[in-house]
Amino acid sequence: MTQAPPTATYFKHLAEGRFMIQRSPSTGEWVFYPRMVAPVSGVADLEWMEPSGLGTVYAATVKRVKPPAPNISIAIIELDEGPRLMTHVQGIEADQVRIGMRVRARIVDGLDDNKIVIFEPEIAA
Amino acid sequence: MSATHLRGKAAFVGAATFGCGEAPGYTAMELAAEAGRLAVEDAGLKLSDIDGLFICLPNDFLSGLTIAEYYGIRPKMTNNSRTGGSAFLTHAEWAMLALDAGLIDYALICYGSNQRSGAGKLVSAQAPSPFEFPYRPNNPVASYALAASRHMHEFGTTSEQLASVAVAARQWANLNPEAFKQGPLSIEDVLATRLVADPLHVADCCLVTDGAAAVVLTRADRAKDGPKTPISLLGAASATWHTEIAQLADLTVSAAKESGERAFAQAGLTPADIDVVNLYDAFTINTILFLEDLSFCPKGEGGRFVASGAIAPGGSLPVNTNGGGLSFCHPGMYGLFTLVESIRQLRGEAGDRQIAAAKLALAHGNGGTLSSQATCILGLPETV
Repeated sequence: MTQAPPTATYFKHLAEGRFMIQRSPSTGEWVFYPRMVAPVSGVADLEWMEPSGLGTVYAATVKRVKPPAPNISIAIIELDEGPRLMTHVQGIEADQVRIGMRVRARIVDGLDDNKIVIFEPEIAA
Repeated sequence: MSATHLRGKAAFVGAATFGCGEAPGYTAMELAAEAGRLAVEDAGLKLSDIDGLFICLPNDFLSGLTIAEYYGIRPKMTNNSRTGGSAFLTHAEWAMLALDAGLIDYALICYGSNQRSGAGKLVSAQAPSPFEFPYRPNNPVASYALAASRHMHEFGTTSEQLASVAVAARQWANLNPEAFKQGPLSIEDVLATRLVADPLHVADCCLVTDGAAAVVLTRADRAKDGPKTPISLLGAASATWHTEIAQLADLTVSAAKESGERAFAQAGLTPADIDVVNLYDAFTINTILFLEDLSFCPKGEGGRFVASGAIAPGGSLPVNTNGGGLSFCHPGMYGLFTLVESIRQLRGEAGDRQIAAAKLALAHGNGGTLSSQATCILGLPETV
């Protein structure tokens, strides 16, 4: 079965306030970023599912910008379901984001017309 | 399977650089064309001898067609495939195959960029991912910074150890009159530069310069006819594991592990055999990662290895003897310069920075955000 356009579907869900990613019922594997076909296994039976929204900081940097604008966290989060994604960790200073920190997803306005998923420390939420 | 039958079948007979540092007024094609002309001349050949063209330019996606027209030659093989800064080492791999198959006799690989004089910043050919772009990472540095953060977390690598890579590069550059950045540089100096993407400072990042490089490759049977000592290609291999950094399974291990293993197997050599290493140091973390992935030191030990002085002048493993992308020049896609410096070292043309009795060199290119890795092992005729 051919997928509906995966990139557009991902952002459409976000616009509706839902963080949805793909999962293959045949392999049980979650997939991010959204694709026509699952990486490695090559299966095409991907369905949109809502992950827990919980994850752990896998890698973290700070995009240093000219003051007075605040520095920006750029991080890779590993979702509890397995896939990783690039995002911001917000709700704390960018230079306080630590690898191993538990985080929770939230949908906010992006710089473009699209909504984006960011993460916040789980305990602060 | 390791392709050992390709070992030493091709050799570099020409090498040149041009316009390294600042070359105001020149277009990227003009710089590449001049480096190509100089490499052909270095090989004792004429442009009309070239029947295989390998190139990619930052601003011309069909640059293979452009340079054929520019030179007024009609190559049997034109290749402008792009894998980022590693492209030229993959070109050497393809040229080796085409030469061995008898499809071509003389391959010219060339590159040029005027990014310093023209754009004033790094010109990237990488398409922004729809899943990265909304977050505006300051790529490529942010992606390499993420890898560095993970290396620090897992292995205790420090900012001082990262800085020692830049310091070693500068010490080599101070021995290379062609290097753009010269003068003293201490670990404290590096750490005093502005943070760009933690933990990487300005001095942890490659330069933005103009520059061009070119090499000529031919079959072993023809290589001995040239004016210079032919430098044999003993192994060439490449590997691709991802394009955007969040998709790399383990941020502390790059595909250099795979390209290196296959190149060494093809060459029938081990890291202990190598006299000089030239690798693509876009950022200080690259040198640490690639030395580990290419098995010059154990995984996780790269920070301590570089901080020991091992890679600096007088150390046990000379790395980036031209000063690298950190201090020699970095015109956007640096990979080809790793081949040129390896050839110059093996020919004994490296002046004050010459490694005595160097017989075997390893050149390593990196493309994208640690994405494409390509390794070439080069040797003097006696090593074949």
